[in-house]
Amino acid sequence: MLLSKGNALFRGTKFLENQIDEFLDRIMEAGLIFLLAIKIYLKDGACEEFEESLRQVSEIESRADELRKNIETQLYEQTLIPDLRGDVMSLLEEMDELINVVQANFYRFSIETPEIPEEYHRDFINLTEMVVMCVESAVMAARAFFRNIEAVRDHILKVNVLETEADKICTKLKREAFASDLPKVDKIHLRYFVERIDLLANVAEDIADHLAIYTIKRTL
Amino acid sequence: MEITVLLFLTSGLFLGWSLGANDAANVFGTAVGSRMVTFVTAAIVCSVFVILGAVLSGAGAAHTLGRLGSVNTLAGSFMVALSAALTVYWMTKAGLPVSTTQAIVGAILGWNLFSQSPTDFNALTKILGTWVVCPILAGVIAIVLYKTTVAVLRRLNLHMLRQDAYTRIALILAGAFGAYSLGANNIANVMGVFVPLSPFTDFEIAGLFTFTSVQQLFLLGAIAIAVGVFTYSKKVMLTVGNDLLPLTPVAAWVVVTSHSVVLFLFASEGLEHLLAGAGLPTIPLVPVSSSQAVVGAVVGIGLLKGGRQIQWRTVGNIGVGWMITPVISATVCFVALFFLQNVFAQQVYREVHYELSAGAMDRLATEGISTGGFDELFGREFRSSVGFRDALHQRTRLSRSQESRFLYYSEITRIFIDPEKLDSLEAGWLSKRQFAALRALSGNSYIHKWALAEELSQESSEWKPLKNIAVNKIKNKRLREKLDFVYRTFSENE
Repeated sequence: MLLSKGNALFRGTKFLENQIDEFLDRIMEAGLIFLLAIKIYLKDGACEEFEESLRQVSEIESRADELRKNIETQLYEQTLIPDLRGDVMSLLEEMDELINVVQANFYRFSIETPEIPEEYHRDFINLTEMVVMCVESAVMAARAFFRNIEAVRDHILKVNVLETEADKICTKLKREAFASDLPKVDKIHLRYFVERIDLLANVAEDIADHLAIYTIKRTL
Repeated sequence: MEITVLLFLTSGLFLGWSLGANDAANVFGTAVGSRMVTFVTAAIVCSVFVILGAVLSGAGAAHTLGRLGSVNTLAGSFMVALSAALTVYWMTKAGLPVSTTQAIVGAILGWNLFSQSPTDFNALTKILGTWVVCPILAGVIAIVLYKTTVAVLRRLNLHMLRQDAYTRIALILAGAFGAYSLGANNIANVMGVFVPLSPFTDFEIAGLFTFTSVQQLFLLGAIAIAVGVFTYSKKVMLTVGNDLLPLTPVAAWVVVTSHSVVLFLFASEGLEHLLAGAGLPTIPLVPVSSSQAVVGAVVGIGLLKGGRQIQWRTVGNIGVGWMITPVISATVCFVALFFLQNVFAQQVYREVHYELSAGAMDRLATEGISTGGFDELFGREFRSSVGFRDALHQRTRLSRSQESRFLYYSEITRIFIDPEKLDSLEAGWLSKRQFAALRALSGNSYIHKWALAEELSQESSEWKPLKNIAVNKIKNKRLREKLDFVYRTFSENE
């Protein structure tokens, strides 16, 4: 009897915990789809399979938005975690920005269909892999912020290392593109897409920086 | 009940209200201030548990306060409570930190000064001592509890939301415990001075248990505290949490729990008995200040975190507040008693007379106190303790303990065991043998309380105090309460 009452008492909490987990799962999923889609694009251009990935990411973005709004509403309505609510809201919004950037990148590839010469394909894939790993680490840091505060630090460190690596590939790609014989307009277009992909790592790094502060506040 | 009695009780209710508005805010202040618990929840839990604490275990600390000075007329009690309440109210209005305990102790001292009654220095030192010990103890408990809690939480690794939910429940439970302890410990401040003059009579509820006159008095006081909580404490609650140090919800829980433990330690007769039974030293049952406990706990946590975040200026202000409260309250009481006596023609104290009778000389000699040089005082009646003490000191130098023995044996209380009163009296909480012993003395007269107590103990062993060791403390206390009841019932002093 007591146990069932206890369960009822924490049912709301459990539901919210699940929603936060699902929100973070969606971000991770969006990152992985983006990596696969870039590989498809480099192979077959903006084909049907690529467009299908875009549709998938759009659905994920809508679901993530819905989850985020639900979580925020519940945090306010039930006056949960009053001391950390502001930080959690900011964190959720920053995490949401990751999906927005993924979706925006998808649209840019789909609309602008940039020409990427084959000699850059390997670096493009490397860059995307690095950036997606960086996003994954940011998601893990955020998850640890909720569940295992001691582990946040390790994930933050990983985000920073991966972001630096992504920056290196990004710079290398830009240098090589601008040193090539490509027409100026293609060079600029290429640079733009390299920077758009790298933007994900930068957003992830910003999240990690903010998480470091939130963690200090949460540490008892 | 006479209307004047009710009128006089109003000052106690006013004091109860002030306590509810102020000190009760300490219990849930950090919880409500950090928005972990809503004000309505806090107010309901606080009120219910303050009432339970006051009625079920309020008697312990009331006794010490009664010993500090036995305010012996209703008008006097009225003014003592009113002065304390006004002091608390004014200081709260002026935004100064204040403690009801200090206000009431100050007011009693004011009454002692005005009525030229002796102040029991043992009781006073005990109370003043706890004012120093209480915040330090709360601080130490807070540090230990905080470290333990943090270690446990680290090990448990709870989800942030789960920890939040647990903390909320823990805060409400700790608050309920705090409110219970506050009721048990601080009801003495509110209604303690009225205890010897309680206008209520004991009655039984469904033959199951007796609802004593003191419990009825405490219930009334506790209801006043509850009203104070609901009507005025919200503002104080919202500011109390973050004034000294910004607290996390877990730290807030530690503060509430440490505060509650300290108040409980100084109020629990059960714990006293348990410690005494185990042969351990007991904790004096003294009304302590809930604000001191909270401040002590918050500062303890602040120091643990390196002390940089503590607002030392605020701590200093609170310290100054603690020092001036009793002084203000004593002054207000003294002046107000003067007006009540001379302008409103109320008897604010009953004179206690002293006479070095043959019996008294005899008893002093038995205790090994020399009465040589006091022969000319023999048979002379003094109208106040001050006059009597002066007369004693003119003749020889007495130590404080010797002086208090002189006062004890020479105090005149004219008692007549009136057979008619005896007939109308029900045994009630006196045992059959105790009542029979009292009957055996029917028609006798005494001029000293101790003389009656001695004869009673000769009549029945149940009137005999047990050996003065810690484990017998509670039984002896109960015996003293019964004796006080007999003195009050048969006293002819007017």
